[in-house]
Amino acid sequence: MTIYGVALLAFCFLIGKVVGSSLGVAIGINGDVGGVGFAMILLIFANQYLKKKGWLKPETKGGILFWSSMYLPIIVAMAATLNVKAAASGGMLAVLAGALVTIGAFFIVPIISKIGNPSKQ
Amino acid sequence: MIEIIEKVLMKNGLLFAFLFVGVIMLFSVWASRKITRDKIPGVAIAILIGLGLAFFGDKKGISDIPIFAGMALLGGSMLRDFAVVATAMGADLDKIRHAGLAGLVSLLVGVAFSFFGGVIIAFAMGYQDAISLATIGAGACTYIVGPVTGTALGASSEVIAISVAAGVVKTIVATIGTPFIAKYIGLDNPHSAIVFGGLIGTTSGVTAGLAATDPKLVPYGALTATFYTGLGCLLCPSIFYLALKIFFS
Repeated sequence: MTIYGVALLAFCFLIGKVVGSSLGVAIGINGDVGGVGFAMILLIFANQYLKKKGWLKPETKGGILFWSSMYLPIIVAMAATLNVKAAASGGMLAVLAGALVTIGAFFIVPIISKIGNPSKQ
Repeated sequence: MIEIIEKVLMKNGLLFAFLFVGVIMLFSVWASRKITRDKIPGVAIAILIGLGLAFFGDKKGISDIPIFAGMALLGGSMLRDFAVVATAMGADLDKIRHAGLAGLVSLLVGVAFSFFGGVIIAFAMGYQDAISLATIGAGACTYIVGPVTGTALGASSEVIAISVAAGVVKTIVATIGTPFIAKYIGLDNPHSAIVFGGLIGTTSGVTAGLAATDPKLVPYGALTATFYTGLGCLLCPSIFYLALKIFFS
């Protein structure tokens, strides 16, 4: 059933958020540290385990793949709800700091990508 | 009649948001094919339209307009994170293992680069006290690290506003810029996507930018980006601020 997939996804998500929030409290930040990352890793392992056991029916998988495919529209909705006026009104300093730092970071990608890259060794 | 329609749309905000975003996507995919001849991906156009629509509202973009309130739920952090986690179904564990060290290095370099980059720019624009510099530097990490750091250090609300704005600008630049710069920085495989997520760090910008570049890369970038804000909140108001205080007291 499709709901099994959605439920599994929700389970991984909530566990990840609990772990992330606990980590946040442990290091003294009142927030979520890597919750999404923990949830993703959990889902990857759950996926592999269920596949091996043959418990991952196409309908179950469909419940997860649906949300995975809703990702793009959600990002569009998110873009439409950003505080773009604040970005514009923060003045030159905000625009310069935000833009230069991002463009600079783009160019560090190929340098750090060399670390442990299996295709370039 | 108009009143009835308005009432139905407001009562069913999330469903109206599905319809509204669906229409935006339909138009964007059509425009990508017919107007730009597949040069600009449909997703990138849709995101640009979204950003443009955000100007019609205020703090929460278009969702400040009552009939578009459902957009805040559809584009809010709960559903966004839920869908991001779902993309992990397409991720390959071996590729993540290979990039573990590179991902960690990119996170540390990414937070430090953004912070000190922001500090240098703020200093060049006339700020000289450690608290303001640290807050703006933190804002150059993400729009969450900025106010968290500013509040912790007791920065002025004007400086906190600038830090939030810098973070939002970062998200927008990453969203728009990534598909255009991707081929020049080798951003076409899971390994570099993991590094990219750690360097840029703003989850919304990383995931939106990768989605517009190649949706297959989204889970890899999201995996590292999700740790960035936490790491920034940890380092900026503590070690990084203390390092600044040595020079500006």
